[in-house]
Amino acid sequence: MLAPSLLILVTFVLYPLVRAVWLGQQRCDNFGNNCVSRGFDQYVDMFTSREFQSALGVTVKYALLTVPLGLVLGVGLAVLADKHLRGVGVFRTVFSSTVATSVAVASLMWLFLLQPDVGVLANVGWINELFPSVKDPGWLRDPGTALVAVSMSSVWANLGFTFILVTAGLQGIPRDLHEAAAIDGAGDVRRFWSVTLPMLGPTLLFVVIVLTSRAFQAYGEIELLTQGGPAPYDSTTTVTYFIYGRNSVISGDVGLQATAAVLLFLLLLVLSVLQLSGLGRRVHYGD
Amino acid sequence: MATDTRAAAIPAVGFDRPRGWRALGRYSLLLFVAFLVLFPIYTTIVAALKPGNEVLNDPLRPGPFTLDVLRDAWSTGRLGRYLLNSFVVAIVVTVCQVVTSLLAAYAFAMLDFPGRTLLFGVFLATLLVPLEVTLVVNRRLIDSLGWLNTYQGLAAPFLATAFGTFLLRQVFLTLPRDLRDAAAIDGVGHLGFLRHVAIPLVRPTLGALALFSFLSTWNQYLWPNLITTEADKNTVQSGLRLLASTNLDEPNLVMAGTVIAAIPIFVVLIVFQRQLVRGLTAGAVKG
Repeated sequence: MLAPSLLILVTFVLYPLVRAVWLGQQRCDNFGNNCVSRGFDQYVDMFTSREFQSALGVTVKYALLTVPLGLVLGVGLAVLADKHLRGVGVFRTVFSSTVATSVAVASLMWLFLLQPDVGVLANVGWINELFPSVKDPGWLRDPGTALVAVSMSSVWANLGFTFILVTAGLQGIPRDLHEAAAIDGAGDVRRFWSVTLPMLGPTLLFVVIVLTSRAFQAYGEIELLTQGGPAPYDSTTTVTYFIYGRNSVISGDVGLQATAAVLLFLLLLVLSVLQLSGLGRRVHYGD
Repeated sequence: MATDTRAAAIPAVGFDRPRGWRALGRYSLLLFVAFLVLFPIYTTIVAALKPGNEVLNDPLRPGPFTLDVLRDAWSTGRLGRYLLNSFVVAIVVTVCQVVTSLLAAYAFAMLDFPGRTLLFGVFLATLLVPLEVTLVVNRRLIDSLGWLNTYQGLAAPFLATAFGTFLLRQVFLTLPRDLRDAAAIDGVGHLGFLRHVAIPLVRPTLGALALFSFLSTWNQYLWPNLITTEADKNTVQSGLRLLASTNLDEPNLVMAGTVIAAIPIFVVLIVFQRQLVRGLTAGAVKG
């Protein structure tokens, strides 16, 4: 009964992982053939290379731009829509809606919003007067703002996911706790910090881990919005885009792609261990 | 996609039911945020329904309406073809993931065999390997099998899932062993027991897993891009990318494609919202 699963997982997950570690110390020609062994120093060379370091820096920045903001917005909206107001269901539907957008759909919507020539913001008179930079040079074309613009699209696209999870988490908090705190005279703010947030711990930890790994694996939004540019600073080339982007310097060299991919794997591994041991220890599981 | 699991009993006057000015303030805030969240969706739909020469003329004002652009995206943009491809691949992956995880989860939960703990560890370990690491090698593997531009190439690496196996195993573990033993004495084999006892037990989890599999396959971006070189074999996501890169100067056509690509998932999520919340929260709760 295990055979089918085992066959697939070994062939398409474990073997490729081992093979990637092996390929990662080789250099290949443009067709991925005639690979020559270069030794495991290639990992060190890759890690210390200017290109990889730059991609890593961009990725970390991207994670810092998307994860905290996404978390705060998700929690804020979920708390806002958790009150018993008439018609709050409509708002819940609206806030959940972005979960239905794939990375391609969300990115193209934002490309159309932000594009300086044929985009929405650049062609609405008053927005254009308020923020001249939407047209010239355009937020996606200015190395200073491109990553922020991409992360706006990503925060938007992830909002539905975070909102749904936090809302479910809020509904798992026993009402007695809130009632008891209210009877003791705790106001909305106090109850948020002393009841809601601690009780949401496990949910928030999960959201942080998922959002962080999504940030580290960001590819589609980069390809569709900026192609890793604007040049010459490679200001939005994340690690994943560095590995797979068509205009990346290592595009076509399977050996170097594998090197960078294995490094990405190790980074994500270290990161999840850190998050689980650091944040995980402070999370309260209720019993 | 409202999450309709409200607290069971809501008293008419509660400490968490804002009234008067506070309710008004909260509504204004909710409306404002809802407006921001819906803004990109709104501009996309407006553009998709406008003729080409009107798109940049006040992009916030709807109309003049036309369905021609949507028709164009469907036929010349081949969105119909891409939707079919996505649908076939997503259904195949979903069905296979459900079957393979059912079998594996049952084996891990109900059978005793040597090396069970070790093998389960191997399954869990695959969860740590990000897709991006294995794709380099998987691309070569699929290529050497001659499966580029085929459904089997798009689907093969994803026919089993450690996540689903883990999820279902957790539920199977709650089945008393005595029940299985009693069934065995009555001559019921493992497959019979799986079908008549175990599967009905996990049906809700199964629904959540199926929706999760379908969505993640449907939304895949990087893999179809690596595997597809012929236009006809694109999934919706890689097809959208193609549409966007070849029609840069026709934002309304691209937005029409985006709308067409987004609609099926919106419909699926509205129909299956209960499973969605279950599926997304499955990873967040302990147990």
